[in-house]
Amino acid sequence: MAQKQRTATAVEKKLIGVADVVIHAAERRKDPTLTIPVRSLSNVTFNDRKGLIEMGKRKQARSFFNVGMAKKFMQTVLVADALCELQRANLTTSLREIYYRTKHTIKNSHENTIDTQDESDPLIEDLEVTLTALREELHVRAENAGSIVGPLVLVDDGDRVDCARLGKGGYSVPSIVEPEYLQIRQCTADFLLLVEKGTQWNRLSEDKFWRRYNCVLLTGNGQPPRGVRRLARRLHEEKKLPVYVLVDNDPWGYYIYSVIKQGSINLAFESQRMAIPKAKFVGLSSADPEAYELPRNVGIKLNDKDVARAKELLGYTWFQKKSWQAEIKRMLASGLKYELDALANKDFQYLTKKYLPRKLKEQDWLD
Amino acid sequence: MGAYAREPLAAASRNVSPPPPVPAVTPAPPPKPTMTAVEMGARQREISVSEFFTKNRHLLGFDNPRKALLTCVKEAVDNALDACEEAGILPDVVVKLEPVANGGPPPPASQATRFRITVADNGPGIVRQQIPPIFAKLLYGSKFHRLRMSRGQQGIGISAAGMYGQLTTGKPVRIISRTNARAPAHYFEVQIDTKKNEPLILEKKQIDWESPRGTQVTMEVEGRYQKGRASVDEYVEQTIIANPHVKMTYVTPEGETKEFRRTYEQLPASPREIKPHPYGIELGMLLKMLQDTKSHWLSGFLSGDFSRVSPRLAEDICKAASLSPRARPRDVHGQAAENLYKGIQATKIMAPPTNCLSPIGEKAILAGLYQQIKGEFYTAVTRPPAVYRGNPFVIEAGLAYGKGPEPAPESQAKKEISLAEGEAAENDHELARVIRYANRVPLLYQQSACVSYKSVLDTTWRNYGVAQSRGAVPSGPMVIFVHMASVWVPFTSESKEAIAEYDEIRKEITLALRECGRRLGAFLRRRERAHSEFRRRNIFELYIEEVVASCNRLKGGKLATAKLKDQLQKMAMKRTGGEKTDELLGQNGSGPEGLPHSIIVTPEGVEGEVPAPVADAATAGAPNGVAKTNGGPPPSGAGDGAKGARRSGRKGTTKARAKARPTARKRR
Repeated sequence: MAQKQRTATAVEKKLIGVADVVIHAAERRKDPTLTIPVRSLSNVTFNDRKGLIEMGKRKQARSFFNVGMAKKFMQTVLVADALCELQRANLTTSLREIYYRTKHTIKNSHENTIDTQDESDPLIEDLEVTLTALREELHVRAENAGSIVGPLVLVDDGDRVDCARLGKGGYSVPSIVEPEYLQIRQCTADFLLLVEKGTQWNRLSEDKFWRRYNCVLLTGNGQPPRGVRRLARRLHEEKKLPVYVLVDNDPWGYYIYSVIKQGSINLAFESQRMAIPKAKFVGLSSADPEAYELPRNVGIKLNDKDVARAKELLGYTWFQKKSWQAEIKRMLASGLKYELDALANKDFQYLTKKYLPRKLKEQDWLD
Repeated sequence: MGAYAREPLAAASRNVSPPPPVPAVTPAPPPKPTMTAVEMGARQREISVSEFFTKNRHLLGFDNPRKALLTCVKEAVDNALDACEEAGILPDVVVKLEPVANGGPPPPASQATRFRITVADNGPGIVRQQIPPIFAKLLYGSKFHRLRMSRGQQGIGISAAGMYGQLTTGKPVRIISRTNARAPAHYFEVQIDTKKNEPLILEKKQIDWESPRGTQVTMEVEGRYQKGRASVDEYVEQTIIANPHVKMTYVTPEGETKEFRRTYEQLPASPREIKPHPYGIELGMLLKMLQDTKSHWLSGFLSGDFSRVSPRLAEDICKAASLSPRARPRDVHGQAAENLYKGIQATKIMAPPTNCLSPIGEKAILAGLYQQIKGEFYTAVTRPPAVYRGNPFVIEAGLAYGKGPEPAPESQAKKEISLAEGEAAENDHELARVIRYANRVPLLYQQSACVSYKSVLDTTWRNYGVAQSRGAVPSGPMVIFVHMASVWVPFTSESKEAIAEYDEIRKEITLALRECGRRLGAFLRRRERAHSEFRRRNIFELYIEEVVASCNRLKGGKLATAKLKDQLQKMAMKRTGGEKTDELLGQNGSGPEGLPHSIIVTPEGVEGEVPAPVADAATAGAPNGVAKTNGGPPPSGAGDGAKGARRSGRKGTTKARAKARPTARKRR
């Protein structure tokens, strides 16, 4: 570790570059300005050939001598400083800790550098895009919010983790799963099933679905965090596992699937390393209630927000395939959404014993 | 008829039920009358006003003990002020509240259920014969039959208060009055005979009294003393705001003596009495006037008993009503009277004279607000007179904004505490306070029913730089003052708590509030501009420190920090206007020129129409201009309050006094 402190890492050099921007501008009597790529829907494009969302070229300037931006500029430099400190000490930390680390009251005033975490989080994302460094490379981690189980052996910090021998609970996926932290020693599975909900993952794990169908079960408890997405991508890429996604039948479920498949708008620059363009959508499809004879009364009425979100999805370029337009329009036409949990209406083990086997047998999925 | 009507009905019923009923069912005998008209007539009898109000005391503001205490004080003080002003005497009023024991030692003020209220003035006094009816006969007074602006209107107030005391404690009203130093002082104890609405004199005698002139009334009533909204304390404070010419000594039930000094040395112009305006009366009233008039001719009646009706206009009205100008007024009734009424409405008549009104005036409102409310900006507007239903009225509005310049050491201490998450913008949730007046009397209840309050809600304060959520009063440290002066204020009830909504009144209030708002907006904008340049420079300076420190750490502590800081500071200076801004900031908070009738308070001093005696009170550390002498014996008489001589002098006081003492009352 002491070695690292002397020879600055690539990321560390990038962070020091922020200070250089200020120093060089000051020497030339110019306004210190950071150029930050814009992170919004207007600045992403869908690459049809690669099947990825890519970041556009639009950038925004953040200058110090501009009343509206001065504070943000100062905060950005502060966050860069804190991130550099992490690099030098070779520690990882959370977004919240970054917030606390950078917060202090400015001398001779009662103003805080940063008031809430909502201010510091986007700054970290700004630095990620600006410096083209991944959050993992910046040593910032999220919570361990995912679980994995299946015929798979991992090595984490030198410990061998056999995911087939971890009971029902499985292995908790860390937020940083880059090869230098986590190695995939062995994987004999035939495919990977990514489940939106922890409850349904538990159902499958308890029923040992993975053993019967020789697959890896992965969940991200809702919108999958980066660690889960990155691990799925690595298994897909390194072990050639096909990826299937099982989500609720509502606009949010569709979007979770699209994030796994094409990447998210906010982190479009990371699609390259995260997205799995070949991922398939197994369910719950809006056609399933009819095909599997789910009673109408287990549906939930779409609220205004759901409808608005669904209409937004219809407009996204990566949802333009005919099958997808039909899928979403069918949901809007029925006016109902269905949770995965609703399958329990037929039988507690309906998902394990009937629904998934039939889906896999019929190869009934959307691309 | 009845029999015929029953026939087909019976037939119908027969059709429905096949077997015909054997005999026609005899109808039930009609209920036997239990009482005859004669018996009922014997029960009818007249209800006296006093009996009526005994049962309906809530109509007069005696609904609950807390409000009753306030109403009693209010009625007594209103009478005292009206009397002083009519006699042309600058009022000195003493209000004293004492908790009364119900056997045993007197309870603490917050626990007490009985209070002795004493209100003394230095007014003209009351002649001996008039004392009993004034204080113990409902609807007896000098103000009802005149169209003249005064606080009281009906002659109910003080006798109703006495009646309430009599009802709840059984104690009579005690009055001492003296008309001049050489005359004796008369002492009366009176009660009201509620059946007859006549005074009962329990005791009368001549006594020695220390005041050379004036009236003192003492009542014992059931009540509750609780501070806060709509309390006696608030009433006293608000009375002083609208009546800065009054000197008031208020002894709270807790024994604290609050002195409110006179800040405006001029009595309000004495309002004239006027005759009713033809547009303001209704048909019934017209009929009564036709009967009561002393004129022999209709034209004489019209021109003599109404204001703004010239003999020629009277002829026009008669012509419009197709009545003879020579007709005897007493003979005009029925259709003819109705025609006359319509004729009046159809004729164009000049608006009523407005010298019957005595607005407070911008200077006096400013003085009152400045004395009682801590703020940074004050303004006042008096509208020109207007008319509703033939009654002239004047609307006045005022505004006090801000929290007042903070004393320097306190703000220093505040800066050292750093703020935690979510603590930042906490102090801006305060809502504005609306204080309402009618003929200089504060209105403390039924705020939301009052046209003044509704007009405040309807004004778009956001246009003037003040935040306001939908359907709410504006937010911010602000007091909004609204006063309506009229010969007849249209209250929504006898307890005089809210002003009724007439379009004309609403329009005037809105116009006055808008003017206040515009001036506030100008003040806020100006202050904002002066501060924004300063803040720009300031934030750069603050942030430069942070940026330089961060850069230094990023560079591993090997940076020439002083050099970088210097470079950045030079650039900051250049970009925020450099020396020019310095100059601009030097002349901080440009004066109230262009903002008429306003006061601006800055930490450096006060600018504008500052009332004289207040100037020295402001520095003495009693921001409300209230001297507090805890537990001290209250001044016994009205004439000799402690003179406000304990104030230390202030730099520039004499100058301010010379400037502010008005030579003549503001004329509109």
